[in-house]
Amino acid sequence: MEKRWLSLFVENDIGVLAKISGLFSGKAYNLESLTVGMTEDETVSRMTIRLISDDETFEQIKKQLNRCVEVIKVVDFTNTPIHMKELLFVKVRKCSKGDLDELFRIAEVFGVSITDYDKESVLMECVQTESKNNALISLLSSDFQSIEVVRGGSVAIESISITER
Amino acid sequence: MEQIRGTSLLVKALQEEGVDTIFGYPGGLVTDIFDELYHHDDIKVVLPRHEQALVHEADGYARSTGKVGVCLVTGGPGAANMVTGIATAYYDSVPLVCLSGQVASSLIGDDAFQEADIVGITRNICKHGVIVNDRKNLGRILKEAFYIARTGKPGPVLVDLPKNVMVELGSDEYPDKVNIRGYKPSTKVHIGQLKKAVDLLNTSQKPIFLIGGGVNIAGAQAELTKLVELTKIPVVTTMMGKGSIDTKHPYYLGNVGMHGNYAANMAVTECDLLFSIGTRFSDRVTSKISEFARNAKIVHIDIDSAAISKNIKVDIPIVADAKEAITAMLNYVNEHETTEWLQQLLSWQAAHPLTMQSNNGLTAKKVIDHINETCQDAIVVTDVGQHQMWTIQFLELNSNMQLLTSGGMGTMGYGFPAALGAKLGNEDKTVICISGDGGMQMNIQELATAVAEELPVIICLFNNSSLGMVRQVQTLFFEKNYSSICTRRRKSCPRKCSGTSEQCPPYSPDFVALAKAYGAEGIRVTTEGEIASAFQQALENTHAPTIIEFIIDKDDLVLPMVQGGKPLYEMILEH
Repeated sequence: MEKRWLSLFVENDIGVLAKISGLFSGKAYNLESLTVGMTEDETVSRMTIRLISDDETFEQIKKQLNRCVEVIKVVDFTNTPIHMKELLFVKVRKCSKGDLDELFRIAEVFGVSITDYDKESVLMECVQTESKNNALISLLSSDFQSIEVVRGGSVAIESISITER
Repeated sequence: MEQIRGTSLLVKALQEEGVDTIFGYPGGLVTDIFDELYHHDDIKVVLPRHEQALVHEADGYARSTGKVGVCLVTGGPGAANMVTGIATAYYDSVPLVCLSGQVASSLIGDDAFQEADIVGITRNICKHGVIVNDRKNLGRILKEAFYIARTGKPGPVLVDLPKNVMVELGSDEYPDKVNIRGYKPSTKVHIGQLKKAVDLLNTSQKPIFLIGGGVNIAGAQAELTKLVELTKIPVVTTMMGKGSIDTKHPYYLGNVGMHGNYAANMAVTECDLLFSIGTRFSDRVTSKISEFARNAKIVHIDIDSAAISKNIKVDIPIVADAKEAITAMLNYVNEHETTEWLQQLLSWQAAHPLTMQSNNGLTAKKVIDHINETCQDAIVVTDVGQHQMWTIQFLELNSNMQLLTSGGMGTMGYGFPAALGAKLGNEDKTVICISGDGGMQMNIQELATAVAEELPVIICLFNNSSLGMVRQVQTLFFEKNYSSICTRRRKSCPRKCSGTSEQCPPYSPDFVALAKAYGAEGIRVTTEGEIASAFQQALENTHAPTIIEFIIDKDDLVLPMVQGGKPLYEMILEH
């Protein structure tokens, strides 16, 4: 079982998201995250999908996705050069003065912006790879009392010359 | 450009697609469409008595004619009743366009009367489903629906029609071309791959062709027969592939799978090359996967790339239409020296021929033998259960005979309505429905449709007072705990029945009386000697269906049988 990535070009139509997510649930495929958004062509949406599967199931998933009339193209991002980022918001509450200083330092070191704060709370906005976001969350959850996390799921695009995933 | 209503454009679409028969059940959300149809004499509208049966009728019509079957129902319950029919057609790759009425766009989401999200409900059981949200898309969507249904691996397409869209004025244009960027079915065969497969064939000592329903759907029976005669390689079929070659052909061994015959299952087990065309390797065919064709290289030709290496890992995959692939193969194959292999197969065949457990009195085999002796040009449609397996085991098929059956879904209640659809599409052919007392009652109301349409379908109803296939499983694997399978059971019966006796309640319903109540004919046959005269009487009844109820022994089993999870070569041969 390995982590895989797919980029899907689909019709920007009613029910397409339900069709794709329904395919995963109906066939008991393991879907980890799915993001979808419009593209430069308003009739096309792109989905970035993270899943865990063995090789055979993964081949089958790609074929099943290709079979959907609404799917225009399936691109396997598992082993290709891509840029991939995920938006992460972390709100840290019940902070002491020392906590606030520490959070501003963490922000500087991790390349995270602090987009909002008051005397006892901080809102961090982080656009990083998924693994860096994981690391940040684990650091914050061990050092601070109350954190609230919202993650957007990764989006990815093919690289031009360098790779970041 | 003339402005016409959505209903008029729908009728125009049907005409341009060459549809002369549709299966429709009216209701509040499709009254405008039925009003439009009322004014068109060139489209016959058949009125079934239930929407599930309606879809099976369109399915039988489509399978037997090769045309797209068209269904028209109202929203809510009408649409929801189609679900089993759609799933059945999807599994067996039957081209259907299913049109459902929907509440007006402005009411969708309000829990309006008879509102049901039928596109959502059927999303995983149809090839494609779409709601027409704008009158200007209606023509394109209908065109695409017919195209998607009949091309590639065929299947049902659902089009949901909101009431307001169908009465709205708009363009009268019905497109003549389709361009769907996400759907480009390819039928062309990759010659390089095909040559590799033929090379394997040439070096094999014990090759076998495994043929599935794809060959029948592609209409490649003649090409397959030529291929077999050219190569002298023996053939086995799946249930859906039966009839792809004359069942009396010397190289035909029979069906493989759970109730396949001994020689066919052993052939697959012992072959060194399994050359499969148009099959998806269902679990009913393979049984225990690790032991399936354990010594063989496998070639797999299928039109659906997702069918390849889904269940069985194959050595040479080829995505292609069966007819194109076989036609291309004819250019490259040679005659094989298969005498020794054939002798082995024939000795297996002789050691364990297909037979019934009991030869006493009236049996299903004797009825099917009568059909074999008297029908050379008929469509036989089965329901689901023991009678289905006996038919698939014993029915002889030549190129003028056709067998329709619910293979993938195994839908009880399929047989009778599908037979009516087949008769509507083939008025000059004899259509025989083979059913059981369980399946027949799942759509028995269609006797009214058959009488109304004057369809002289012959229904061979095997009545063993039980849900026989489940009873067989209970006999073999559940210590004869006959749980919920007796169709004679009444409230007064003991909770645990030790078996039928003289004290058992009478069977209900009386099928002969019931047939007559509908205006059909009913004949009860209890002895072997009455078979021929009952068929004769049924054939003389040319304007209404005839039920011939054959009273058979409930202890007769379908054998061989491979228990689920066991290897194909571990067959129960007698009990």
